[in-house]
Amino acid sequence: MNNLIAFRTIVIKEIFRFIRIWPQTLLPPAITTALYFLIFGKLIGGRIGTISNASYMDYIVPGVILMSVISHSYANVVSSFYSTKFQRNIEELIVAPVPNWVILGGYVTGGIVRGLLVGCVVASIAQLFDNIAVQNWWITLSIAFLTATLFALAGFINAVLAESFDDISIIPNFVLTPLSYLGGVFYSVTMLPDIWQTISMGNPILYMINAFRYGFIGVTDVDIGLAFMMTGGFITILTLFSLYLLHKGTGIKN
Amino acid sequence: MKALSIRNLRKTYNNGFEALKGIDLDVEVGDFFALLGPNGAGKSTAIGIISSLVNSTAGSVSVFGYDLQHQRTLAKQCIGLVPQEVNFNQFDTVKGILLNQAGYYGTPYRQALERTEYCLKQMDLWDKRDTVSRRLSGGMKRRVMIARAMVHAPKLLILDEPTAGVDIEIRRSMWKMMQLVNQQGTTIILTTHYLEEAESLCRNIAIIDQGQIVENSAMSTLLARLHVDHFVLDLAAPLITAPFIEGYKIELVSDKVLEVSVPKENGLNNLFFQLSQQNIQVVSLKNKTNRLEQLFMDLVEAKGQTQS
Repeated sequence: MNNLIAFRTIVIKEIFRFIRIWPQTLLPPAITTALYFLIFGKLIGGRIGTISNASYMDYIVPGVILMSVISHSYANVVSSFYSTKFQRNIEELIVAPVPNWVILGGYVTGGIVRGLLVGCVVASIAQLFDNIAVQNWWITLSIAFLTATLFALAGFINAVLAESFDDISIIPNFVLTPLSYLGGVFYSVTMLPDIWQTISMGNPILYMINAFRYGFIGVTDVDIGLAFMMTGGFITILTLFSLYLLHKGTGIKN
Repeated sequence: MKALSIRNLRKTYNNGFEALKGIDLDVEVGDFFALLGPNGAGKSTAIGIISSLVNSTAGSVSVFGYDLQHQRTLAKQCIGLVPQEVNFNQFDTVKGILLNQAGYYGTPYRQALERTEYCLKQMDLWDKRDTVSRRLSGGMKRRVMIARAMVHAPKLLILDEPTAGVDIEIRRSMWKMMQLVNQQGTTIILTTHYLEEAESLCRNIAIIDQGQIVENSAMSTLLARLHVDHFVLDLAAPLITAPFIEGYKIELVSDKVLEVSVPKENGLNNLFFQLSQQNIQVVSLKNKTNRLEQLFMDLVEAKGQTQS
């Protein structure tokens, strides 16, 4: 019961935090993705034609939504937990009888909620430009949830290991964004030369975006089962690593 | 059962610095206990280990009978910590800080609201409950940290230099609050650089220096060891040289100010009688140093000489 109250406290605190600063957290993805849909979807997309029998707009919408889920679930946890460390109010949690899994669960849940909420905002924007239909709700929602979980965990690890504000911007700028763009958001990997197709298969985000797109329009470049297994596997590994870091007190205890 | 029991506690940091060299310490239930020491002596490390902010290298800590290593949750539930530096979220309201803290300790929301109101009223902060914490004055921030530490009704309150940097008026009002909390049954451990504070508030004392406990006794026992008091006398008329009085060490600081070392066996009456005999009139008198400060310096210096 105590753990449940502590968990709820962290989650509510995290949700209030990003809602309180909604012009920084919820508004920018709405504007950015509206521009994506307008420029790539409508203006350029109209000249591109179809990919796998789907209009270009239909093809890119799932990828853009999931890209937003990825970046915001990550950003929420990395900025919130690092600020907590920086201001030293992480000590409130360390001194209190809150188990490590509750701390991790609370912050990751906050990241998941923001990621999915931003995903809903972007989907709503997309609806203004196109008639979005979901073919398989179960796959769509489950892969969105798992992807948000995975990147919230990654954000948590980044925050724990970060020693400066620079450290929390390196991964999103130099790793996540390139991997997202190269993960087939705007194109099918089958359009690439063989060597780049092979290299792209090493990008885990490719699997998530394709599984998510499959949920929307039934089109994928990868095996859906493999995408779920890969996401689940990464979640397990990152969860264990996060708990190990908390147990050791890395970055938060002397 | 002790409120706090520490045995052979050691801490060696990664850089090889040995902050604690095997300390033993007991704090009785209901005590107001002073843990003193110069900067870098190991006080904060000891408090960090007790409050789980620092991992110990060896030794054991138990809080109200709960072993910190094996019954961590139960031990933590007993502790409230007021750290040296402000460490709450500067963007939260005062009320929000306390409600969150209560939540971390598993306090149900309705009860957390009641405790928040009680603690904020006790710290004279109820009017500021909806103020964003970064807008508070330094003294108010300190009081928020005390209120936050008390919100889950801890049995042991650890105050790590709670009055550092606050003006004398606020400091004295905080002393009253701390005394009230102690009278209500909470055991308090206080570290401070204001030795007057420790002398006024605490019943028992430990002095830590270079990672070791160099003194651990009742405050009254410790103060009774002081054989000589030092006073500053303001005179009505100027003097050219310091007067000589058998049994007292007297120095002329300026033409109308004397510093006198008064052995307890000789007392002040005899001093004033002798000065009066020499037609020296004293206008006022004050202690040159706080009594505990004198002892503290003696103990720490003695330890330093032993080491060298």
